[in-house]
Amino acid sequence: MNAEDLGRVATRIAHEIAERNHGLKNVVLLGIPTRGVPFADRIAVALTDIADQPLTAGSIDIGMYRDDIDTRPRTRLGPTNIPEDLDGKTVVLADDVLFTGRTIRAALDALADLGRPSAVQLAVVIDRGHRELPIRADFVGKNIPTSTSERVSVRFLGVDDEEGVWIGEGASP
Amino acid sequence: MNHLLTTEGLSREVLEGLLTDAQEFAEVLERPIPKVPALRGRTVATMFFEPSTRTKMSFDKAAKALSADTVAFSASTSSLSKGESLKDTALTVHAMGIDLMIVRHGATGAPWRLAEWLDIPIVNAGDGAHQHPTQALLDCLTITQRFGSLEGLKIAIVGDIRHSRVARSDMFAMSTLGADVTLVGPPTLLPVHMDGWPARTSTDLDAAIEDADVVYLLRVQTERGGGSVFPSLPEYTKRYGMTNDRFSRLKAKAVVLHPGPMNRGVEISHDVADDERALVLQQVSNGVAARMAVLFALLGGDSDV
Repeated sequence: MNAEDLGRVATRIAHEIAERNHGLKNVVLLGIPTRGVPFADRIAVALTDIADQPLTAGSIDIGMYRDDIDTRPRTRLGPTNIPEDLDGKTVVLADDVLFTGRTIRAALDALADLGRPSAVQLAVVIDRGHRELPIRADFVGKNIPTSTSERVSVRFLGVDDEEGVWIGEGASP
Repeated sequence: MNHLLTTEGLSREVLEGLLTDAQEFAEVLERPIPKVPALRGRTVATMFFEPSTRTKMSFDKAAKALSADTVAFSASTSSLSKGESLKDTALTVHAMGIDLMIVRHGATGAPWRLAEWLDIPIVNAGDGAHQHPTQALLDCLTITQRFGSLEGLKIAIVGDIRHSRVARSDMFAMSTLGADVTLVGPPTLLPVHMDGWPARTSTDLDAAIEDADVVYLLRVQTERGGGSVFPSLPEYTKRYGMTNDRFSRLKAKAVVLHPGPMNRGVEISHDVADDERALVLQQVSNGVAARMAVLFALLGGDSDV
């Protein structure tokens, strides 16, 4: 996928979010750092056009909620910015790649500490399979069947110096 | 980073990383549920061989906000009074299944000895007049929240430099983060050997505060002999205290920090202590966040960050 495809994915998912939720009333969009944040921002821009009302995406970091803290090197904590009270809202989480589901599990734990949304939905750029938990995405840019040894890399300008989706061999990220 | 023993030699990258995490933890502490599961199942021991209330409570709160369990050791009620050595005490506590040890000791270097004896992370919570690195982190966090960063700030650390682990810790951290540090005090309270210290010294507070962005007042430490090397407390206040008059001559945006406990009327006047530009209580709140960042860095998975 190239940068234009990525833009089309954000626009389509924005339409799907508006359709599923009958508009944007009560919808709060939260990106998971690092690359869920620019993805959430793209969706927010598209939603702003669709609904003709400004919508800003927040972010929710999962570094304090991971369950694999012993087995994986730690990355820096990312920002958590919750734009409004989450109680009773529909939260749409945005991330780049859905893989084992453990990131999303951690994000759900983090959400539970921050408020009580009435519903939580998930938007991802790539669903690559290999789930280890009963978690699925509501909005998917593209389903890509992969082997566990492949590496799927979604890159966004602003975080990376290029934009698009790359699949390569190597240890899984 | 395997231990946190001193701020001397810590890289700017490590310090800034800790401050970034500390800011995230500061926001966690503002939440309705100020607790995260990051260190669930870990146990940290606070080993205080010197009296302390606030530092010990602050570490305790930090560990609990990360969901770690805490066990406490205090010298006055322990076998230490029955003659047990530091090493035996440490090995005994370690054998109970401790993942990290927070140590305060009156002797310089005691935490380094523990780091040699034990294979778990050690956090120095104050060793004699030497180092108190988490104090420096919380001070730098407080200044960063106010000014955005320490880069280019002029900081005067004032008072009993000679006996102050706070001054030593802060000086190294602040200077690594780009601040211009001046140590100010009476000649008898400035250290004799300061080779390689990244700071200037002065005995003239009035000159030093003219262009200071941050004035850091140290406590007059009567328990470390600080009271016997200047003629009298009123004389100290006259020359080195933050009086209302001196406060009025600070730059408009300058702030005053103090590690506590304050001797009101000695190193800081009552009015200044209660002023909005005295960030003493903000320092205390930030202490919990800064210590969370340290515990998380040392126990939160393998990493160099």
